[in-house]
Amino acid sequence: MTIRTAAPPSTTTPAARRPRGGTNRALWGTAGVLSLILVLELLPRSGAVDARFLPPFSEIAAALADRITTGEFWTALGDTLVTWAIGFSIALVVGIVLGMVIGSVGILRDATASTIEFLRPIPSVALIPLAVLMLGTGRPGTLLLVVYATFWQVLVQVLYGVQDVDPVARDTARSYRFRFLTTARTVVWPTTLPFAMTGFRLGATVALILTITGELIIGTPGLGRLLAVAQQSGQVSSMYALVIVTGLIGVLVNLGARAVERRVLHWHSSVRRETAS
Amino acid sequence: MLEVRGLRKVYRSASGDTEAIRDLTFDATAGEIVCIVGPSGAGKTTLLRCISGLLAPTSGTVTLEGHDVSGPPGGMAVVFQEYARSLFPWLTVAQNVELPLKEKGLKKSDRARLVQDSLEAVGLGDVPDSYPWQLSGGMQQRVAIARAAAYEPHILLMDEPFAAVDAQTRADLEDLVRDLWQRLGITLLFVTHDIDESIYLGQRVLVLSARPTVILEDVAVDLPDERDQLTTRNDPEFGRLRTHIYDLVQRAKQGYRPDEEAAESAV
Amino acid sequence: MTTTQPATAPARASGLAALRRLPVWRRLLTLLALPLILVVIWWVTSDRADSFFYPPLRDILATFGPTWFEGRLTADVVPSLGRLLAGYALAMVIGVGLGTAIGLSSRLRAFLEPVLEFFRAIPPPVMVPILMLFLGIGTGMKIFVIAAGAVWPILLNTVEGVRGVDEVLRDTARTYRLGRLTQLRTLVLRGATPQIVTGARQALSIAIILMVISEMFAAHNGLGFTIVQFQRSFAMPEMWTGIILLGLVGVVLSVLFRIIERPVLFWYHGQRQSHRGGN
Repeated sequence: MTIRTAAPPSTTTPAARRPRGGTNRALWGTAGVLSLILVLELLPRSGAVDARFLPPFSEIAAALADRITTGEFWTALGDTLVTWAIGFSIALVVGIVLGMVIGSVGILRDATASTIEFLRPIPSVALIPLAVLMLGTGRPGTLLLVVYATFWQVLVQVLYGVQDVDPVARDTARSYRFRFLTTARTVVWPTTLPFAMTGFRLGATVALILTITGELIIGTPGLGRLLAVAQQSGQVSSMYALVIVTGLIGVLVNLGARAVERRVLHWHSSVRRETAS
Repeated sequence: MLEVRGLRKVYRSASGDTEAIRDLTFDATAGEIVCIVGPSGAGKTTLLRCISGLLAPTSGTVTLEGHDVSGPPGGMAVVFQEYARSLFPWLTVAQNVELPLKEKGLKKSDRARLVQDSLEAVGLGDVPDSYPWQLSGGMQQRVAIARAAAYEPHILLMDEPFAAVDAQTRADLEDLVRDLWQRLGITLLFVTHDIDESIYLGQRVLVLSARPTVILEDVAVDLPDERDQLTTRNDPEFGRLRTHIYDLVQRAKQGYRPDEEAAESAV
Repeated sequence: MTTTQPATAPARASGLAALRRLPVWRRLLTLLALPLILVVIWWVTSDRADSFFYPPLRDILATFGPTWFEGRLTADVVPSLGRLLAGYALAMVIGVGLGTAIGLSSRLRAFLEPVLEFFRAIPPPVMVPILMLFLGIGTGMKIFVIAAGAVWPILLNTVEGVRGVDEVLRDTARTYRLGRLTQLRTLVLRGATPQIVTGARQALSIAIILMVISEMFAAHNGLGFTIVQFQRSFAMPEMWTGIILLGLVGVVLSVLFRIIERPVLFWYHGQRQSHRGGN
């Protein structure tokens, strides 16, 4: 959701962009981060922003250091990660399996098209009241949101990937009377994998957002609830510290998902090249 | 008209410097067609980008009509090889031709006339409201040429403009370019890797060496100004020039350089 | 801001376009069959179920009109949508404006890249409690929450789009000496539009989520607020109508988006089509 789906393949050749000095970039980037920290320190100190609303960065850092010595923090972090992992895994498996099946069977694809187009834009947070009433404020309630939102990301990408399968390859498989599962494994899956990996990357972020949202709004144990508690008890520095933690987790999830995607696709393309030659 | 003096271009990067052009000096007089040929990777495009002011040379100067070129100068138009990428896909054919004229501040009626005339001159008078991507490759390149012609430049640079179109279209476009050049009386600098094309179009052919580039020879093309695909290409002089330039390009590919020879004889 | 992925699903990924080859009645049948079956299943199972949380669809539908069309439409739905629109518009202006500036300057990009990566990675809902500190629980807070969450996909996609504007087209614009403003309008912004639209589409779904969440957190009116009120007062059929209404809002907005997108990107789709046609 927050990840940009890199967009439409542009007509630009990548070679047209000349590489720039890597160390230089890193220096500039570090300067950027330091400047942000400096601004966060100076804005409240100079009185430009009310320190009750935005404490100086040093205080936020102190609150963070305080937090991470408590067991409460690590339990909450663990809860968040477990909810995220369970929800993401369910959505991933269901999305890929359903996507492969629906995408491969013409009638199913046609028949589900309108329903999918209708259900997909429904905001997952609309389900919050239902989740609370039927599943309670524990992990299952939040999982419902996570799975619902993430599932669509994965499903849509997989469907798109299956559609991208070369019709000639599909016909070849049919003429050799491949069984359904053989076709799925040898013809459809290799083409779909890159799309599924995009779904994986997008889904990882969406799942995290909904996990934190569920904790914040429903009150499922985790970092989000910790944040809600900090807010209610007026611990402003703590709130900022927790927001920074969620941001850092977001960055890690992002980088991790990209690394997995790259690795899988790299392996994938080298394997394909070998079988092709 | 155009003076290139001691042009040198070195690309600097973290992995080391690449000398694309070592030393180029030549002139083009007003109303002349000069073709530039050389083996692939001879820095032809780099040269053109330096002349058009898109790229700053490492040393040396480019002077156009008495002014040093430090950015794209006025009175110059460039036609690129990648026709599909040099036209604005969100503008119609007519709008593509009109855009530079608007920027020049021409009146609406003048713009309309120029757009109409130049599209007709390239044989596209009937598709002004189409979008470039609705046309074939050859037609797209015609649009780019019409845009350049409507701009009424004093000098026109063409960077392997026909490298990506089929042979028949290519012959048509070559005649079109000759025709426009004669009618507009402009100076034309035409870069190509096709030896026949350079002779067919040019009054002079500059043969470049391999990288780092220098000029191997400035060949005068002694053919009548009225040219056509059949008789000109069968002219014995055409055959002689082709053999000569072909030989030069082959030697350039093998790394032959006049500066080394000169250095040797100086010893 | 470093990776660009080749594989991306466009708006119409689920294959509605493929249906065009069928005759009209078959098309209608395939389009409507499954939704009808699902509604019938819902109708029958909810009619028989004796669950408090799962009221008969019949009751839900009967409650829909009285719940929303007797005052709540103007008191809750319109303010919600107004805030959504304001926040989204703010995100568009800031995202495209800043994104263009960052996309045009490689130095600015290097400077801001890690910072932007961080802000983008913050789950937008956690901004709600922070912005509440500054802006209270009024309309301003909600608009800013929506804008603060929706701005990132727009901004980052704009940066990529501006960076990706074709080099040859850039050179063409420079050799014809198009002025700065003309270049910005006819080259940079138009060329970046496909990616800006991609970002705007992602931003829309985030904006809707934040509209609801900001109202669930703290509000006196709005769709999210009302639905939570129904939930807390155990008004089950009313709560279900709220969920359905929210779903409809999501669907209608995504259809509207597509209607607006089509003329804006006609050239992009046309170009892709002609490439695929083997030109």
